[in-house]
Order: sequence, then C-alpha cells, then structure tokens
Amino acid sequence: MIGLNEYLILSGILFSIGLVGVLRRKNLLMLFFATEIMLNSANIAFAAIGGHYGDMSGQMFAFFIIAVAASEVAVGLGLLIVLYKKQGTLDLDNLAVMKG
Amino acid sequence: MEQIAFYLFSVLTIGLFLVTVLSSNVLYAMTSLAAGMVIISGFFFLVGADFLGVVQLVVYVGAVMALYSFGMMFFDATRDIKEKNTNNYLVFLLGGMIAVMFVIIFSAPVIGENIQATYFVANATNPQAVGLILFTKYLIPFEVAAIMLLVAMIAGIILAGKKMDDSLTTKDENHEEGATFDLKDNK
Repeated sequence: MIGLNEYLILSGILFSIGLVGVLRRKNLLMLFFATEIMLNSANIAFAAIGGHYGDMSGQMFAFFIIAVAASEVAVGLGLLIVLYKKQGTLDLDNLAVMKG
Repeated sequence: MEQIAFYLFSVLTIGLFLVTVLSSNVLYAMTSLAAGMVIISGFFFLVGADFLGVVQLVVYVGAVMALYSFGMMFFDATRDIKEKNTNNYLVFLLGGMIAVMFVIIFSAPVIGENIQATYFVANATNPQAVGLILFTKYLIPFEVAAIMLLVAMIAGIILAGKKMDDSLTTKDENHEEGATFDLKDNK
C-alpha cells in the first residue's frame, strides 16, 4: 500500500526538477515547460492529500490549477509569439532593453 | 500491484521531466513533457481521482500540448538552443535546497496533524462527487475560472491572431498604412 508520504516525496522531487529548470534555463519556452512541471507536481500533491483524507477539496483545487495553467498558456504563448516577431529570439538575455 | 504502478510511473515521470529540463532541443523537451503529462494522469487514477485524471488527459495532453505545438510553428524549433549558463552546480544546489524547503514547510503540517475531511460525499462515484461538490461549495470559483478562461481566450486571439503579417507593438509607417487601408476596405 502506497501511503501519502510517497506521493508527497514524489511531488517534491518533481517540483525541484521544475525549479531547477526555471533557474537554469534562459529560453522563455523552456521556462514555460518548467512552469508546467511545477504546476503538475502541485496537482499530484493536492490529489494525493485529498484522496488520502477522503476530502474532495484537493481535487477541486487541482481543477482550478489546471484552469489557471490553461489560461496562462494561452496568454503566455500569445505574448511569446509577439515577442518572437519583434525580436527574432526568445532568449532572456535579449529582453534587457530597459537597462539604463 | 499499486506499488508496481506507483514506482514505475514515478521513475518514468522523473526521467521524462529531467529530459524536458535538461534537453537543448525544443522538440525533445515538448514531446517528453507531453508523455510526462500522460503518466501524471496515471497517478490521478491511482489516487482515486478518476475525473481529474480524465481532465488532465483532455486539457493538458489535448489542449495545452496542442497549443504548444501550434506555437512551435512560429519559432525555429529544429535549431538547438544556445544558452549561456554560468555555474550550473550552484543552480542545482539552490534549486534543490529551495524545493526541499518548500516541501518541508508545506507538507509537515499535513504529515504531523490528523486533518479531518470537510467536504466528503458518501455513496457516490468519483465524477458524481466532483459534480456535487463543484456546483455547490465551489460554484463561485467555477464561474470566476470560466470568466478567466474567456479573458485568456480573447487575449490569446488578439495577441497571436490579429494581423499576423505585421507587428502589433512597433508603430512604424507600414503599420499605419496597413491600418488606414483596412479602414478603407471596411467602408
């Protein structure tokens, strides 16, 4: 029988993978991918805790996280396309146009 | 059986997400991320959240990944990404430490205390229970999420779809000429 702690440990590992991706990557699309990984690890933790305590609130919060992630992808990908048309690259170092 | 599935799924997800984070090719990263999403829905089925697993499959694998692959058409996806990385080990150390700290902070009360279930539906299958809870206790967040999705859809259409051939943000002469031409066309 798999307990709650294994799911929480797995969620922590996946969250740390996503966080390493956010810290390490310089490409904006890769940053989006790493963000998706972090959101999914939070979803796993919510669903596991909700399933363990017989509570439906965990699944509800996971639903709303999925909705937030979907809208984030829609807006963010539009912004990325505009940025790519303007600059020709998605590198974060080229975004420092407001540096005084 | 559950243990075999759990450990198989966890090894697969960790490996696939490591490929996503560490790969320098966008296509490899996106494909492994989509495969990882499919396997994460397997975790939801293991936990007993059947409806959540189906939603994960439909929304993430079906919609978000399709959106990413549509967006991939605008970017140069075949070229490897060149990134200037300084001091990788520090990043790994910092990321791991911060993530472990977050996990300890947020999961220690859960492990330590005996939390009682507040919203519990007896004698119902999982989709029935989801419907009962979602449309009674969580109705207002549901509607707010619907409005948020509508706003995101309009913003995505305006940002990505309007005037595909010229730029939205830079005000150059071509843009204004195009705008006046459009106005004349409408009349």
